[in-house]
Amino acid sequence: MTTDAAAIGGMGHSVKRKEDARFLRGKGRYIDDIKLPGMLYMDIVRSPYAHANIKSIDASKALALPGVLAVITGKDLDAAGLAWMPTLMSDKQMVLPVDRVVYQAQEVAAVVATERYIAADGVALVEVDYEPLPPVIDPFKALEPDAPLVRPDREAQTNHIWHWESGDKARTDQLFNEAEVTVKEHIYLPRIHVSSIETCGCVASFDKVSGKLTVYMTTQAPHAIRTVYSLVTGIQEHKIRIVSPDIGGGFGGKVPVYPGYVIASVASIQTGLPVKWIEDRSENLQADSFARDYHITAELAAKNDGTMQALRVKTLADHGAFDAAANPSKFPAGLFSIITGSYRLDAAHVEVDGVYTNKPSGGVAYRCSFRVTEAVHTIERMVDTLAQKLQRDPAAVRMQNFIQPDAFPYKSATGWEYDSGNYPAALQKAMEKIDYAGLRREQAEKRARGELMGIGISTFTEIVGAGPSHTFDILGIKMFDSCEIRVHPTGSAIVRIGVQTQGQGHETTFAQIVAEELGLPVENITVEHGDTDTAPYGLGTYASRSTPTAGAATAVAARKIRDKAKKLAGHLLEVSPDDVEWVDYHFQVKGVPGRSVTMKDIAFAAYTNFPPDLEAGLEAVDYYDPPNLTFPFGAYICVVDIDRGTGMVKIRRFVAVDDCGNIINPMIVDGQIHGGLTMGMAPALFEAITYDENGNMQQSNFMDYLLPTAMETPVWETDKTTTPSPHHPFGAKGVGESATVGAPPAIANAVVDALSHLGVTHLDIPITPWKVYQILQEHGAAES
Amino acid sequence: MIPDDFTYAAPTNLPQVWDLLRQHEGDAKILAGGQSHIPLMKLRLASPAYLIDLRNVPGLTTLAERDGSLIIGAMVTETTLERSPLVRQRYAGIYDASAVVADPIVRNFATVGGNVAHADPANDHPAMLLALRANVTLQGSRGSRTMSLDDFMVDTFETALQGDEVLSEIRVPSPPPQSGSAYIKLERKVGDYAIAAVGAAVTLENGVCSRVGIGLTNVGPKAIRATQAETFLTGKQPDDASIRETARLAADAAQPTTDLHGPADYKRAMVQTLTARVLRLAVQRATAGGGQ
Repeated sequence: MTTDAAAIGGMGHSVKRKEDARFLRGKGRYIDDIKLPGMLYMDIVRSPYAHANIKSIDASKALALPGVLAVITGKDLDAAGLAWMPTLMSDKQMVLPVDRVVYQAQEVAAVVATERYIAADGVALVEVDYEPLPPVIDPFKALEPDAPLVRPDREAQTNHIWHWESGDKARTDQLFNEAEVTVKEHIYLPRIHVSSIETCGCVASFDKVSGKLTVYMTTQAPHAIRTVYSLVTGIQEHKIRIVSPDIGGGFGGKVPVYPGYVIASVASIQTGLPVKWIEDRSENLQADSFARDYHITAELAAKNDGTMQALRVKTLADHGAFDAAANPSKFPAGLFSIITGSYRLDAAHVEVDGVYTNKPSGGVAYRCSFRVTEAVHTIERMVDTLAQKLQRDPAAVRMQNFIQPDAFPYKSATGWEYDSGNYPAALQKAMEKIDYAGLRREQAEKRARGELMGIGISTFTEIVGAGPSHTFDILGIKMFDSCEIRVHPTGSAIVRIGVQTQGQGHETTFAQIVAEELGLPVENITVEHGDTDTAPYGLGTYASRSTPTAGAATAVAARKIRDKAKKLAGHLLEVSPDDVEWVDYHFQVKGVPGRSVTMKDIAFAAYTNFPPDLEAGLEAVDYYDPPNLTFPFGAYICVVDIDRGTGMVKIRRFVAVDDCGNIINPMIVDGQIHGGLTMGMAPALFEAITYDENGNMQQSNFMDYLLPTAMETPVWETDKTTTPSPHHPFGAKGVGESATVGAPPAIANAVVDALSHLGVTHLDIPITPWKVYQILQEHGAAES
Repeated sequence: MIPDDFTYAAPTNLPQVWDLLRQHEGDAKILAGGQSHIPLMKLRLASPAYLIDLRNVPGLTTLAERDGSLIIGAMVTETTLERSPLVRQRYAGIYDASAVVADPIVRNFATVGGNVAHADPANDHPAMLLALRANVTLQGSRGSRTMSLDDFMVDTFETALQGDEVLSEIRVPSPPPQSGSAYIKLERKVGDYAIAAVGAAVTLENGVCSRVGIGLTNVGPKAIRATQAETFLTGKQPDDASIRETARLAADAAQPTTDLHGPADYKRAMVQTLTARVLRLAVQRATAGGGQ
């Protein structure tokens, strides 16, 4: 018997996404599609000031508006002990302020009404008397002795939150003292926003009879939210159900608990009616947590021959008014210590200091696996800076310093154990694909004519799949993940997982894992997730962790089923299970291909014809504690042309060679990379959130916050190498964020490369046309 | 993103529009395509009590050459302009401008009349129409009047419309032979407002510029006509040196301010770059004889 592998649709097949049928037909069910009987609407009054005392809140006019049922303020919540809530980072944040606001657009009060429009009108009628206070906007000034305090509620009367460091300081300093050559740059990665197509929101529904609170919520981590909800409110955990339905993009922005969720839940408990809260676009941009905002000073020490020796990094991290970063709890700076990248270094020392400012919370891991974007940008820029100083080709300097394929598992200078990699092969492939040598020739010819063209490389290493329980937890909950599989009598199956898709395609890829392991057709496998009443406990989807953790759990659970199935196979084939082997998606008697049974036969037997020493049924659960993280990597090469008359940068070509180990669904991985590259281009050339001196956010809508469209996006040329993870059950690594992490420095390096003959060594992103034009003007290189 | 309460009216003739404007003086706003006004209302930056939609008023969608002018009815959409062979062949600068207004979905609704009457210095049509020496027709209960676009554009969001007047059409003088026009917009992404944009119209006679129009977008309180630059180039051959000097004079005419679209100095420099480029394109089109 042979099985048609394409019909099974297991590993490596570009199975069409099961979820697309409903999305393409407009039948997705997002939060705002949920309408419950008697549902009320909530809208939020927000602060116009970045820092102010609240002298009084007068809700009488709002309450007089027909249809307005309640106005909830911080004082109301304070009475219930809910004015503050814990963050993931051992800080606390205001749900609603009692007497002071600490950033512009902060929630001040909530209006609950019978209609959405009435709630919005009610918001306009709430009168808040503010006494403005001097705001702290610049994180460097925040550390000055006379700086106003952002958080007087804390015991430590300072805007300094924490200091974190990694690596060997003494050895690093010593190598710098003895170094033949050093380079140094100040690198700022600006505040950016995830800007998912779906804003945040929820429908909270409290059943007064059963005492059960159900919250449909835009969350990437429903189980963790349920536990936190229970701990904060005192409601028993079995009386809380968090449902994460179809989610229109998460990218890390839907990991935090936002005040709106909590206020809506309180409003539902108070009224006994369902309450819907949906952010509008400006609220989402202004008030939800932000990413990046790292002020980095980086130094690289090397020998004159280009051998890299040590890296020294100091960082000021602007966390806004609350340290509500979405990191594993022991990692205040995320996995920033991956900053040594793909290179052999004798030593490294990395420091980060967290600072409070009068801005919304920062530190969302925007498609970056916990600060890996910041780390990769730094090391990839520094390698180029070194190459430039030594007048060497940046590809050659990379090849010279790569961790070699035979050095894995490799212990990095900051203590990570890289699982596998082949960096030279990826870069070589990218260089051949783009004709690197030809591009360098073209660049030289163009430069001679005064034309500006640049080539930029990024050879990044990612760190994903948090994570092993010895190191990774969120508020004490270990970062395992889970899967539960039930095979039905007729040979189809339901798979429930602890992670939650926001567009990644889990309903397809997790079915493919089971199809591969059990030999059941992918179309007969349903994947469910996101409902805490039915899904096994898991920590959710972010940081490219789903395949490394829950994907592994799914394979292991399926293998448990296959172990039992083997016994059933022996029973059906009337031989000892030891004489049965799994070949080509079915069981056969060893050496007798004609005597075989399929998993479908076995599933039926599991319910109709099982031996006396076996339980009925065919199901399994696995909670997978990964032994290590996975380390996907890639080599990206970008070619830019610069308009000398305007400073406009145009990406002409972009080749991305990715390696994420064994691939479940090549089409989905390609989609992840295309999206990720576009999200990497965005901060490189377009996106940044800035504040004026009063703390007014300057990009509160999509007129001012520039998201690139298809028109600005080049044709991405993708390719791959395959270096399996040695510790993952099917050799996979995470991939969802590789491109977002790897792309920005390739673009920045290309622009700097185009201008390097003018003495330019660094440009902060986003690289605006006026930054480039100013350089051209200063060097007489602008078109006149 | 929920507007304030308002009353919507869609009258079927101009006298009804005038009546409504008079009845709700100061509280009413004309709705054409809604390209600018709907976002303002959505953000509650504008909260008119009455919205008077012109969609059912007949006679505002003419797009034809008549009596030596191109007549553009106020309710002609950007998409209609963009797809008109007449506009594309004889008024290429207007085609250029309509093709860079917002995005295709918005252009299906957005109207030329709205673009002009909103008097946003960032809007693309006014500068091109200034360069083409367009006139506008205003109709009110007291009658109809025509004025130059220069006189119509008073200040930011401010026009010469009085009382119950409505902008009903735009008239662009038909180009003589050997004329060319063009509009170039510098924007960071499609659909964005211009960092700067320049429209130019040139007529050549015996290799010399007999008529020159230059309009600037988003570098001042309103669309600016670069008169000194126009005067300089008039009567001269459009060679490299004269175009450079014209571009320099156009940059002098700009009154940019620093904002999210760039520093003032950069915008001024861009006026210079774009003026040179757009003039070369307009001259090329004039020389090619394809009409404006």
